Amino acid sequence: MATGILAAGIYLPQRRLQRVEIARAHGWFDSSLRGLGSGERCIAAWDEDSITLAVEAARNALLGFDRDSIDALYMGSTSYPFLDRQSTAVVAEALNLAATTRTMDIAGSQRAGTSALLAALRGARLGEMGLVLASEQRRTKAASRAEMMYGDGSAAVLVGDGEVVAELVDAYSETVDFVDHYRTADSEFDYDWEERWVREEGLLKIVPPVVANALSSAGVKADEITHLCCGIGTNSELHGLAGRMGISPDNVMDNLHDRCGRTGAAHPLLLLVAALEKAKPEDLILLVGFGQGCDVLLFRATHRVNSMNREGGVAANLARGAADRNYSRYLTINHLISMEHGIRAELDKNTGLSTAYRNRELTSGLIGGRCTVCGTLQIPATNVCVQPDCGAIGSQVAHPFADVPAELKSYTGDNLTYTIDPPAYYGMVQFRGGGRIMADFADVLPDLGLSVGMPMRMVFRVKDYDHKRGFRRYFWKAAPAYADAGG
Amino acid sequence: MASGIRDKVAIIGMGCSHFGERWDCGAEDLMLESFTEALSDAGIGIEDIGMAWLSTALDEQHVGKSAVPIATALRLPYIPATRVENYCASGTESFRGAVYAVAAGACDIALALGVEKLKDTGYGGLPQRTRGTVNDLFWPNVSAPGSFAQLASAYESKHGIDRELLKRAMAHVSVKSHDNGAINPKAHLRRKIDIDKAINAPYIAEPLGLFDCCGVSDGSACAIVATPEVARSLGKRDLITVKALQLSVSNGGELQYNDWDGSYFHTTRVAARRAYEEAEITRPRDQIGLIEVHDCFSVTELVTMEDLFISEEGHAADDILNGFYDADGAIPCQIDGGLKCFGHPIGATGLRMLYEMYLQLSERAGERQRSQDPVFGLTHNLGGFPSQNVSSVTIVGREGA
Repeated sequence: MATGILAAGIYLPQRRLQRVEIARAHGWFDSSLRGLGSGERCIAAWDEDSITLAVEAARNALLGFDRDSIDALYMGSTSYPFLDRQSTAVVAEALNLAATTRTMDIAGSQRAGTSALLAALRGARLGEMGLVLASEQRRTKAASRAEMMYGDGSAAVLVGDGEVVAELVDAYSETVDFVDHYRTADSEFDYDWEERWVREEGLLKIVPPVVANALSSAGVKADEITHLCCGIGTNSELHGLAGRMGISPDNVMDNLHDRCGRTGAAHPLLLLVAALEKAKPEDLILLVGFGQGCDVLLFRATHRVNSMNREGGVAANLARGAADRNYSRYLTINHLISMEHGIRAELDKNTGLSTAYRNRELTSGLIGGRCTVCGTLQIPATNVCVQPDCGAIGSQVAHPFADVPAELKSYTGDNLTYTIDPPAYYGMVQFRGGGRIMADFADVLPDLGLSVGMPMRMVFRVKDYDHKRGFRRYFWKAAPAYADAGG
Repeated sequence: MASGIRDKVAIIGMGCSHFGERWDCGAEDLMLESFTEALSDAGIGIEDIGMAWLSTALDEQHVGKSAVPIATALRLPYIPATRVENYCASGTESFRGAVYAVAAGACDIALALGVEKLKDTGYGGLPQRTRGTVNDLFWPNVSAPGSFAQLASAYESKHGIDRELLKRAMAHVSVKSHDNGAINPKAHLRRKIDIDKAINAPYIAEPLGLFDCCGVSDGSACAIVATPEVARSLGKRDLITVKALQLSVSNGGELQYNDWDGSYFHTTRVAARRAYEEAEITRPRDQIGLIEVHDCFSVTELVTMEDLFISEEGHAADDILNGFYDADGAIPCQIDGGLKCFGHPIGATGLRMLYEMYLQLSERAGERQRSQDPVFGLTHNLGGFPSQNVSSVTIVGREGA
């Protein structure tokens, strides 16, 4: 038995904004943006945030795993939607984890993801199975470098003591209050210092000694490292960093800048999953988290790495992307431009917290009912069974629907009802084995469209934003299960 | 043993306001407009009315709760009055209350009045509103057109009918209603359109275009009912009586159980069967002379032709395109313009349908008077969404027919 990684997955939002469109819009204002205007970045849908992104990564990592054996849930992010409401509690209920699961949000630094992983691995040494999530949806100013460089995404790593795909060799951390950028409780956007200084005084001076310490403590030579995963820096900066540490530039994991952008605290873990997908047994993977110091984790792949489930991995997520050239939509759904939303948008979205709490099995976990008298499945669960010939009272037990494949029964694309991303697609989906729901749809690609009978899967999303009070409520939506959307 | 409503109650007077954008009128003005017409038609005084029912659906947009608004607007003499609401079928609900009261012998003469003042929202279409604190947590972000548009996708899939043919039949429904509305002086929309205009209009909710959707209107309609004996004592002859009054309400089966396919109204089929039985009608396609259905959207009218067992299932489009439901067809549907063009002030709509039946059966429908005697007229008033709704079917006709 070894301590390490049991499974992993990531989630990238479907839409990939083409950077050339940002450059086209703002190049007149800041010509340096033209030089950055290549490749694409992942952008969250209007109803995605760091919580929903984390839920999807977790579902991808947990494919085929028994969720009941998870003891602890950790999350690292700098873009939690709530300052005082635990995001991992929301995620735990969406995943229907046992109520005994220990939950913890780790925040405040770009190394929140690696620090969460370190904490979970420490728990794993004590025999705990921990699920580590790292997720970001960072707001950026229009025409900023960050808008170009950042991406939205999430990663999930299941760690424990058992049949691992990669075992933890060693870990080492150092804390330095090096402030290359910051965001305060009162500010909406990051404030950045000059990137040349960040590279010379930060990345290249802080990381190498920590890595050297970690390697020497593990008895590993730098040239034995097969995959260097580092969450910040351009590819050329990473090559420079690798060179300074004695690691071959060929062994630097591509930072995926061209495909998804930098996903902040999630990025090291996202690159770790990419490395696992690439790794051969015995490969050494060096993971670096940088932010107010540095976390270094060294893993060795086992023979099981070959058979790791890649369905929810990096390659699969990159493949399902859809190119998006509508920069105006991006500005709109992120409230970066003052749009006329019309009077329909004024509807008050206040949530009764007691109402929401009482109904949270349905809204968080997509739990319906199974009639113990006739076996009929239905959602929501009700006091009286819906089956016309049954009608039993109080006969239903909880039945989860979130992972049940569904089929489209009826649909529309609605241009009248208010949504920030029109048209509003919704309709009825029928679950395999019984049960159905009239649901909002997510991630409909107009080019691929909808058709009665097509497969759908349920996804956890923001149902409504209450802009008046800053609250948001979550529910499940149906998304078309396009076979490799392609983009 | 219940014996049904057939010939137990007569309509002795009706009124209907102009429907439309009545910017200069409040609900109290609209109520009085339909009421004074009905009172004078009935030839009675306000003191003769024993009980009253008020139907209005979106009371938050105008009068507020309770029956106090009707009692105050008309200065009803402190009689029992009740406000009813059952989605867009509210109008028929006030009629049901009044008819049953008279049939029960609770009073001699009863009033059913519906009103809606929808045009004080600041935007087009129906008001965007909460669905209730629990429903808001998980119901999709639906509009009325988006809910009913789904009928089209399910209907196409079930019957293998292609989008182009369905759109053409839906367009014919709307063109026909515009033709009819054009000659109705009280109608909201009075301009004719052609089929290409209907087909090519931008989507409101795919595949429903602008002309597949009914008007959102201000208006009021009312009925005064009495037993046939009381009617005759008032000097009324050739009575128009209620033959059937049926209502079916979804119990969540369509939305939650597995057998409804989304292409039809389960409730309408249930209500229609019961109504035909109550009215002793066995061959609706041959016996019904005139229909007014809840054409909130063209596709609703199309599938309702089947749900009323007049067109064969899967073949409504053929009947529609063959002109079966045109004003000069075998069974005219929406000869007054329907919700589509007469307009849809929600609480008044069910009563407006009956108003047209009453005028046609009384041969007082003016330019749009049907030459053949309808004998039986059917109204279908629906509220809610295809997946959960209330559907009423009312049949009126000549006494003894």
